[in-house]
Amino acid sequence: MKIPRTPWLLVVAAGFWAVVQLLRLVGFNDYYLFIANLSLVYVILAVSLNLINGIIGQFSLGHMGFAAVGAYVSGSITTLIYKLSPNVAAHYPGFVLALVAGGVAAALVGVAIGFPTLRLKGDYLAIVTLGFGEIIRTIFNNIDAVGGPRGLLGIPKFSTFTVILAFALITVAVIRNIAESAHGRNMIAIRENELAADLVGIDTTGYKVKVFALGAFFAGVGGGLYAHLLQIAHPTQFGFIYSVQVLIMVYAGGVGSLTGSVLAAFALTILTQVLKSFLSWLKAATDLPIGGDWYMVVYALLLILIMLYRTEGLMGTREAKLMIIPEEDEK
Amino acid sequence: MSAVLKVTGMSHWFGGLKAVSNFHFEVPEGAIYGLIGPNGSGKTTTFNLITGIYKPTEGKIEFAGGDITGAKPYRIVRKGVARTFQNLRIFGSMSVLDNVRVARQYRPASTLLASTLRLPSFKAEERLRKAEAMRLLDVLHLADRAKEQAKNLPYGELRRLEIARALATDPKLLLLDEPAAGMNPKEVQDLMALIGRVRDEFKVTVFLIEHHMKFVMGLCERIKVLDFGETIAEGIPEVVAKDPRVLEAYLGKKGGH
Ligand SMILES: Nc1ncnc2c1ncn2[C@@H]1O[C@H](COP(=O)(O)OP(=O)(O)OP(=O)(O)O)[C@@H](O)[C@H]1O
Ligand SMILES: [Mg+2]
Repeated sequence: MKIPRTPWLLVVAAGFWAVVQLLRLVGFNDYYLFIANLSLVYVILAVSLNLINGIIGQFSLGHMGFAAVGAYVSGSITTLIYKLSPNVAAHYPGFVLALVAGGVAAALVGVAIGFPTLRLKGDYLAIVTLGFGEIIRTIFNNIDAVGGPRGLLGIPKFSTFTVILAFALITVAVIRNIAESAHGRNMIAIRENELAADLVGIDTTGYKVKVFALGAFFAGVGGGLYAHLLQIAHPTQFGFIYSVQVLIMVYAGGVGSLTGSVLAAFALTILTQVLKSFLSWLKAATDLPIGGDWYMVVYALLLILIMLYRTEGLMGTREAKLMIIPEEDEK
Repeated sequence: MSAVLKVTGMSHWFGGLKAVSNFHFEVPEGAIYGLIGPNGSGKTTTFNLITGIYKPTEGKIEFAGGDITGAKPYRIVRKGVARTFQNLRIFGSMSVLDNVRVARQYRPASTLLASTLRLPSFKAEERLRKAEAMRLLDVLHLADRAKEQAKNLPYGELRRLEIARALATDPKLLLLDEPAAGMNPKEVQDLMALIGRVRDEFKVTVFLIEHHMKFVMGLCERIKVLDFGETIAEGIPEVVAKDPRVLEAYLGKKGGH
């Protein structure tokens, strides 16, 4: 008889859920829960960026631009639902649909950017996505219907811990399954040598555009969850600096290692919060002229240190056991 | 015998440099056909034109009766033209097995969705592909290396791995760009036998570039000799070897040092 494989990812996610629920009973306050939620949002963003930058080896610098699209689209939909219908039962299915709509919108934007750019060989994608991230921010900044520079306010707080965890699990599982399949092999071949990949019959442009769109989709979903966690979608939340933050998570964890991205998303989200509290304590205690964004200096230093001493990041391209799907005859 | 590859009036310029000048030739089906010439005479460029990396400035390339001039590389491969590279282009971080397996994937019966959900169709396809890839590694004496990371293989084995990978695409025409480069005399001997065997076993036409005179003369049934983008001789080895222009332009220079 065939014994089904243990779905380790599901087990780990369920374990994490249970631990957090238990901790809630013994003083794990709302702030800690917020950090857990934010970490999971960054897991979605980092893992989906790693699909683009790590697995298929392109270089995108505007991941937060896609998150912004997802945030504004889903936020607009849910605020509308909230206004129109006081029926709470309709809210959650509506929320899930809104998140998916946000993801689809981000993916469409991804195709629009990726199709002309990814046909070219070279670092054009980096330049174009860099511009895109800023342009999309400026656009939202100037549309009054979504609040302009005030941001889209009054987004309902639908992103609960359980919902975010479920979406993080789905994101990681889907991207893991693709990376571990024959399609993932094609993508890695493109990363390793694009011309040789072309010449073993792989439609490299087609793959790059599809993967870029898929990464954008999950970034859009992540952005939607983010907006429904903070209850606001604001142009400044999606600036270049935050795209770089996700990028650093990918590089710190190891480009090409999904496990690394998950770990780095947690580690760096927590580090950011610790630094922020430390800096505000320091500012209060010493009167030093320290701005709220000074924690970014640490990110910059971290990036430099990675580039100098450990280009492969925490994990290189290695994966934890639960992220590897063994071959049929090797179980 | 009919021609599997037919090139007519093909020229190619890189800016002001005419790298390929008015080529006319046919590669007969089932042959081992050689392309020789001094450094920079346009050999690799010829392969790059046939495989669609560059579009020829002038002329026409027909493969198996169809026009492939200017087609996208992956489409040309799917029609049945495979190649190796003079400067190796392996998928370094992938296993030896995966380097070959990835070249069998261009006709996926299972969709992205089927592989995401790991449906049975996806699993059956994976099993078949692995078995076929292992068989190719066996023919090229690389089976015991299957699990190793490709970049850790020595040079001679990497050259064979590129041949295995090219064969995995199921070609009718196999282009080999200096397959013996960097090999020792014993390896060169083995490679000659291997290429003959590959031609017979896989029913492919072989079109190869080589500097080793003994290699080309011993293995090829027809030879085309280039110098500065011009064809200076074409025919069977015995005749080409005696051609005065060849002796002067190519063999003469070789003998000089
Ligand atoms: N992409 C390119 N851009 C500009 N010039 C090129 C390019 N590729 C090749 N050339 C030039 O075209 C000429 C023919 O080059 P090619 O690589 O075809 O020579 P080859 O016969 O393969 O030589 P070798 O024996 O050294 O491999 C050379 O002068 C080379 O410098
Ligand atoms: Mg060459």
